[in-house]
Amino acid sequence: MPVVHETPTAEEFKTEVLEKYSSKVAKKRSKQIIINKVENKEDVPEILANSRTIPGIITMRGCAYAGCKGVVLGPTRDILQITHGPIGCGFYSWLTRRNQTKPVTDQDENYITYAMSTDLQEDEIIFGGEKKLRAAIDEAVAIFHPKAIGIFATCPVGLIGDDVHAVARAMEEKYPDINIFGFSCEGYKGVSQSAGHHVANNKVFTDVVGINDTFTKPGKFKLNILGEYNIGGDAFEIERIVADCGLTLHSTFSGNSTYEEFSSAQNVDLNVVMCHRSINYLAEMMDKKYGIPWFKVNFVGAEATSKSLRKIAQFYQDDELIKKTEAVIEREMAEVEKVRLDVKSRCEGKTAVLYVGGSRAHHYQELLGEIGLNILSAGYEFAHRDDYEGRKVLGSIVIDADSRNIEELTIEADPKRYKPRISAEERAKREKDGFEFADYHGMMSEMPGETLIIDDCNHYELEELLDRFHPDLVCAGVKEKYVVQKRGIPMKQLHSYDYMGPFAGYKGAVNFYREIDRLLNCNAFKFTKAPWDTDPELSATYGFNS
Amino acid sequence: MLLRHTPKEIVERSALTINPAKTCQPVGAMYAALGIHRCLPHSHGSQGCCAYHRSALTRHYAEPIMGSTSSFTEGASVFGGQSNMLESINNIFTLYDPDIIAVNTTCLSEVIGDDLKQIINRAIVDNKIPPGKTVMFASTPSFKGSHVTGYANMLTAMVQNFAEKTGAKNNYVTLLPSFIEPSDMSEIKHIAAEMGVQYIMYPDTSGVVNAPMDGKFHMYPKGGTPKELIRASGDSRSAIALGRVGTFQAAQLLDTKCKVKTDILDLPIGITATDAFVDTLRKTAGVTVPESINTERGQLVDVLCDKAQYVYGKKVSLMGDPDTLYGLVQFCKDAGMRILHVVTGTPAGAKWDRRMKELTGEGTIVKSGAQADLFYLHQLLQNDRPDLLFGNTYCKYISRDMDIPLIRTAFPIYDRIGHSYVPITGYRGGLNLLIKVLDILMERQDRDAPEEKFELVM
Ligand code: SF4
Ligand code: SF4
Repeated sequence: MPVVHETPTAEEFKTEVLEKYSSKVAKKRSKQIIINKVENKEDVPEILANSRTIPGIITMRGCAYAGCKGVVLGPTRDILQITHGPIGCGFYSWLTRRNQTKPVTDQDENYITYAMSTDLQEDEIIFGGEKKLRAAIDEAVAIFHPKAIGIFATCPVGLIGDDVHAVARAMEEKYPDINIFGFSCEGYKGVSQSAGHHVANNKVFTDVVGINDTFTKPGKFKLNILGEYNIGGDAFEIERIVADCGLTLHSTFSGNSTYEEFSSAQNVDLNVVMCHRSINYLAEMMDKKYGIPWFKVNFVGAEATSKSLRKIAQFYQDDELIKKTEAVIEREMAEVEKVRLDVKSRCEGKTAVLYVGGSRAHHYQELLGEIGLNILSAGYEFAHRDDYEGRKVLGSIVIDADSRNIEELTIEADPKRYKPRISAEERAKREKDGFEFADYHGMMSEMPGETLIIDDCNHYELEELLDRFHPDLVCAGVKEKYVVQKRGIPMKQLHSYDYMGPFAGYKGAVNFYREIDRLLNCNAFKFTKAPWDTDPELSATYGFNS
Repeated sequence: MLLRHTPKEIVERSALTINPAKTCQPVGAMYAALGIHRCLPHSHGSQGCCAYHRSALTRHYAEPIMGSTSSFTEGASVFGGQSNMLESINNIFTLYDPDIIAVNTTCLSEVIGDDLKQIINRAIVDNKIPPGKTVMFASTPSFKGSHVTGYANMLTAMVQNFAEKTGAKNNYVTLLPSFIEPSDMSEIKHIAAEMGVQYIMYPDTSGVVNAPMDGKFHMYPKGGTPKELIRASGDSRSAIALGRVGTFQAAQLLDTKCKVKTDILDLPIGITATDAFVDTLRKTAGVTVPESINTERGQLVDVLCDKAQYVYGKKVSLMGDPDTLYGLVQFCKDAGMRILHVVTGTPAGAKWDRRMKELTGEGTIVKSGAQADLFYLHQLLQNDRPDLLFGNTYCKYISRDMDIPLIRTAFPIYDRIGHSYVPITGYRGGLNLLIKVLDILMERQDRDAPEEKFELVM
């Protein structure tokens, strides 16, 4: 028997949730909990995002170090990565993000399974840790002979004033054929992981991209995919599809990637961006410096994948490519449809909420929509206003104390390497015809009015939401997983995929449909209440009574 | 080869830790704090540490792990975290209503030098702490010790904050366990209960991080030691601390602060160590060992005698936390195994090294603290290959590369279930452990046997 719940309106929910907060906190949260309203196709209300977490609030967020080392650099297999700091940070960023990588041969470098740290001790905290960092690099070079070393600064290192960049420079002088670079990604920078993404983008851009003019891959249509981290093998599936279409994927930033691919990434004609939040900076800077145009794609969801492939083919304006792409789409969609319709028949009309990442809460709505789920509410852990409202608001985002400490690079065209892939006139013409470059409309314009958009949703708000809206499915991260499941509501992790995947591309879509089908329809959750929990005790009858 | 870059030749290192066999203090402190009833762990520093610690414990236990943070940004890092902490206290009591907030520091707040004692006093003076509620803290700098040290520090803080000597002795025996699984906490309580001993045990994470599913989310599950009992431990007739590295400091404090006579024993893992625990309990509480405990013991000894040929003389290497390692090595010795290597990243101290060496005997490599990491262990293994490896989930890369069976017994375990439900302490835990070891070794024998040697009955 289905349970009927009285569901509040978004407005009622918001008012009631804010009541429990102190007035100061309520004032802030009221700007982060927004009732969506889409006017003129994409005018949406303003949201407060990328704002400080409230102290004492049980938060879903992490830190800049996690965004830099964990998200952006972590998936590269042959950049040796040393965390400079006490042991914990390095330990926790060790393999837990499930970035898969596949070296071409058994001899190829692969440091993904290693976690290296300077493991700073009290003495070094007092007297400085640079000496130990230098020694650590010496030891790393002696054992591994890597071609590149990244150094990641943690909170205490920033405080005691260790200069990871100076050490990197000095060590590079000592080992001229190794590229050594540091990241000022101290955990307290910014307000979330997002600061670390930016720090990572800047350094990879200044110290790695563009230094290798010779390496290239065969093919006519070359592109990079930015913001794809190969969780659960997503990048492998995307590699398969784009190769079938006849495209050459030069490098993925940074899933299943190598240093050589990064350093020569300027040798392509197109950048496409998956996770807007974590890597839009790099796309933007490569456009300015090398003349490589970029646009936003999404390979999460079968329809979204087809749409993205078509846009890429359209960019190159090559009939052969367009034909091949259509053939791939047709072939793949035939397989997808069979599963989709079957799964949809069991999932249609169910409801979900998503609080995750800085793009995933948007991307995964496409997949869920394909099997008929309705999204009640969504929000990001560490997005900025443009991820919600679209890039048109970029100019109006105010720089505050927490964003000021992350360097904003000024980029000029590279005198030697700048080469507009399509001329300014051509670009303007295409844009007039509706082809969008360098744009992202954000999540809100694609969600219906009256849905709740919650930025930096916290534990208390999540609980309230579950209590009042009773969604059938929750998508979030590992810290939220069991909070939700204890209530008997299935929860899908969208950072780690619950150790499954891939979920991107066509095969990924099929995997995901089946997984959601299992979550919504499997027996396990039906056992959460024992039979005697719902049966009133007194109605029990004894044999001798009958 | 997943760890293809690890050479066989052992090179001296002094600065680079590769694949650590330890992690940082707060995660241990957070775990210990979860063993107090209605306690919310709070991490004082930037939020990344707290996110990492909660994630690590969540992955290890597959359970909700609650914890709040002071969420420092750069400003707090420069000007100090007092206002963040005071604001946290406010928000925590209004939103989550715990009885106790157990604060652990991170390396960040330690480096700044935030004085939590003063901050908490300030909160008291400003009436920010509701009546009957407590805010306590443990200093857990990550640049000292390891997660085990963090656990020990939080346990000590419990004694410091709550244990009280009123002068009127009660009938309880206080039990202070080192960093062990909730299943092991249950097993120790089971032994005490079977023996008819009135006990107080803290921390006690059983029922908290292995709580049942009942269709509701409980921010504070039924388990955990109530603070009244921790208070009463100051009047207990005696105390037994189990696991020296994790409990020494707390045990000493209970002794000096409340004059409770305290025995410090090893964790009851394996026959020898469990015998010592049971015997001490018997003597201090003045009880006789009941038939049920003798049966449990007898069953373990029985299986060991029956199947000793499969374990006797087998070579083992172990990594993990110092107290558990001491127990496991003891267990392996009980079973007649040969210990090749023992490695813990925790700087367990010269005394531990010495005791461990005495236990293992000549020819075993024992290393703790700096550069005692999994890279080093892997190198050792390439030079002297064991038949069996004990360690945490990260050892699976070594295990796969070298085709050495792995028994998961340390922290963290991200890839197998059971550790939070099935104990390794006590006689019953010993039997579980022995069955695990036998299963894996006998399966090897089956797998590797030539056809003519493949046996039905073993
Ligand atoms: S900053 Fe310190 S406390 Fe935080 S995770 Fe790193 S080592 Fe642990
Ligand atoms: S949205 Fe996802 S992929 Fe992008 S940064 Fe966030 S967690 Fe990573």
